[in-house]
Amino acid sequence: MTESAVPDSLAVGSRGVGLRLGRFRDLTLVPVIVLLLVVGAIIDPVFLTTGNLTNVLQQQSALALVVLAEALILIAGKFDLSLESTVGLAPALAVMLVVPTTAGGFGIELPVALAIPLCLLIGAAVGAFNGFLILRFQLSAFIVTLAMLIVVRGLQTGITGGKSLFALPQSFLYLGSATWLGVPAAIWITAVLFVGGIVALRYFRVGRSLYAIGGNADAARAAGIRVERVTWVVFVIAGTLAALAGLLETGRLGGISANQGNGWIFMVFAAAVIGGVSMDGGKGTILGALTGVLVIGLVENILTLKGVPGEWKQLVYGGIILVALMISRLAGGKAQD
Amino acid sequence: MTVTEPAAVEARGITKRFGPTVALNDAGIVITPGETHALVGRNGAGKSTLVSILTGLQRADLGEVLFAGEPAPPLTDRDAWRRRVACVYQKSTIIPSLTVAENLFINRQTERGPINWRALRARARQLLDQYGVAVDADSLAGDLNVEERQLVEIARALSFGARFIILDEPTAQLDGPAIERLFERMRDLRSQGVTMMFISHHLEEVYQVCQSVTVFRDARHVVTAAVADLPHDELVKAMTGEETQAYESKAREIGDTAKVVLSASGLRLKDRYEDIDLAVRSGEIVGLAGSGSSGKVGLAETLVGLRKPDGGDVTINGTAVRPGDVSAALKAGLGFVPQDRHHEGFVPLLSIAENATMPIAHKLGRFGTISSERRRDRATTMIKDLDIKTTGPDQPVGDLSGGNAQKVVLARALADNPVALVVINPTAGVDVKAKQSLLGAVEDATESGTGVLLVSDELDDLRICDRVLVMFHGRVVKDVPRGWSENDLVAAMEGIDS
Repeated sequence: MTESAVPDSLAVGSRGVGLRLGRFRDLTLVPVIVLLLVVGAIIDPVFLTTGNLTNVLQQQSALALVVLAEALILIAGKFDLSLESTVGLAPALAVMLVVPTTAGGFGIELPVALAIPLCLLIGAAVGAFNGFLILRFQLSAFIVTLAMLIVVRGLQTGITGGKSLFALPQSFLYLGSATWLGVPAAIWITAVLFVGGIVALRYFRVGRSLYAIGGNADAARAAGIRVERVTWVVFVIAGTLAALAGLLETGRLGGISANQGNGWIFMVFAAAVIGGVSMDGGKGTILGALTGVLVIGLVENILTLKGVPGEWKQLVYGGIILVALMISRLAGGKAQD
Repeated sequence: MTVTEPAAVEARGITKRFGPTVALNDAGIVITPGETHALVGRNGAGKSTLVSILTGLQRADLGEVLFAGEPAPPLTDRDAWRRRVACVYQKSTIIPSLTVAENLFINRQTERGPINWRALRARARQLLDQYGVAVDADSLAGDLNVEERQLVEIARALSFGARFIILDEPTAQLDGPAIERLFERMRDLRSQGVTMMFISHHLEEVYQVCQSVTVFRDARHVVTAAVADLPHDELVKAMTGEETQAYESKAREIGDTAKVVLSASGLRLKDRYEDIDLAVRSGEIVGLAGSGSSGKVGLAETLVGLRKPDGGDVTINGTAVRPGDVSAALKAGLGFVPQDRHHEGFVPLLSIAENATMPIAHKLGRFGTISSERRRDRATTMIKDLDIKTTGPDQPVGDLSGGNAQKVVLARALADNPVALVVINPTAGVDVKAKQSLLGAVEDATESGTGVLLVSDELDDLRICDRVLVMFHGRVVKDVPRGWSENDLVAAMEGIDS
């Protein structure tokens, strides 16, 4: 075949550029991160200290896990809004199954060692139920998980009576508060899971199948991928990750408030999308999502150090996310979807 | 077929129902090894259903499928199916966000363990070389054009080792030269002993590349014959079940004094076309021909306001319209049928009545309300005028077959009695009879004084034109009056000056 196989001269030009940028699409947020580091260093000398940066990472580790979970689901072409409620319900319900009534439990007092497995299991169950409604019942993922966001939060408020849980078993707090080799355990755990996610989605068939499903589900099915089963597993994994996020957050704060995780989902989507994960599925990487989390974390930290009054924080925060979106759009060169 | 050699593929007594509709009724096909076998039939004849049964995507209610005399594998064993039959489906099965290399080896990037990307790319390049596909394995599949995407699909299909390949309307979205190159490739594959089943609405293509042909009509097998034994007229008769003549276009007289209803002067758009001057008179049909890179579609889309030109003017019915403004063009009295009916033509979930009356909705009621009764009346007239096969004006357009959906799009374009009509590829993917009524409706429109610009890849469509403008590399190179020969037109389209 000759050159004439390409009927549109426009297509040829744009392809060359798209390819070159495509290689670095994961890293379009790196300039933003560098900019934030420079700005942070200028604003406050404390900013660039190891202590502060470690602090940023620890604060963001729970959110980062939810971003990881959401990125998996978005890449597979679905949607899950209910993850933020799982962050609250999973640890709360698990704790209530093991602690005595005096500490706010049900009085069942299961062995304390079961608390963490129970917490993860509850997250998995919520994910499995979402998957059931979306895949078996064929309901819209958006509406199902919007309803589940409310149902799961409502369940937590109901069983706790809207109260916070403070008297928690020490073992339950360990992962969120311990320090390994001078770095908080939460950072280690999050880092390991992200590396796992990056490797699985880059180098393994099952990981690649998420891109195929999100990109063109019919084509994936024709290629022999079990679309429904894989998607379902992704929902279960995402629920489990959200429960783990709840566990780490509980350990960091030393208690479970009735609105733990409340409002996170906006940050989660913002982080995933500015990190290059497409809302239409099939596009984006876990590394990209991680850079999105870092941007959000650094912005939050700078705002705190700068002492921006609480009432104005949200406005500045939202505005900076919009700017980050625009920068990554310009750097990525392609229309965002 | 001789007794010693079993058919490459045989489907016997296949019946398939979807709810109340019978998609295939005791139908079958026998394909001899090494031949290219055409499957033709009107929309809804059961071709697509047979394809999904032959490729193991659906199970027949009754009947059996044999490959080389052996029963087909169970549906769950996708790999076994893919070793026996490869298919390039009508709908692309390429995943646009992944690279060509990964698309070629989707879900088999590696036997076990982690994926070795370097090795995968090397395998992809080897596969592309083997089938002579000049595509960069590293590029994103979404950036490929239709032809390249199809070649990638063919290469992938064959890489499973199948010696039988189904091509489901591969030419529907290709332009002339690309079709020629595809046919060249098909002949090549045939000489290597590959058996093919070819589906197309273009009967002349059947005569070009196939040795035998099977006709389906109304879910049944009608006839199988060698193409040499089944001349064009009989083939059409087998498809439609009735005698039909080739479409006769009507004679029209357009005086030099007839008013110009659509004109362009000095129109240019970078990388698309330049220096375009044209004028369509009232009651005239002007054809616009050219290859895929000629810029003809870009030009037509500029005239209707879908694209903004870099310079030049468009005048509709004497009013200069703001460039790149569709609603201004419609207001000035333009109607148009877009290239991709699924994207720009209709809203699939809305009824025929709503779709067809969209541009005239404001005339159907007072104070911004819409009278559904008057809308239904208008739609019923349109359904009758254009012979749309439907259960009624309330049926969603998404449920109609391609040809009938296209008629709704044309009905919408004609709804406001436009003074100028721009029609882009109106007969793409529609069957013989729908084609005739679409062209007939376009011709009828000229009787009330509408001037038509007809853009088409089909030489047959252009037969109804009073003159044909031929574009090459973004310029109008020739103005051919009625009565042209196919060779002349194709030569001009290819830029060969005669």
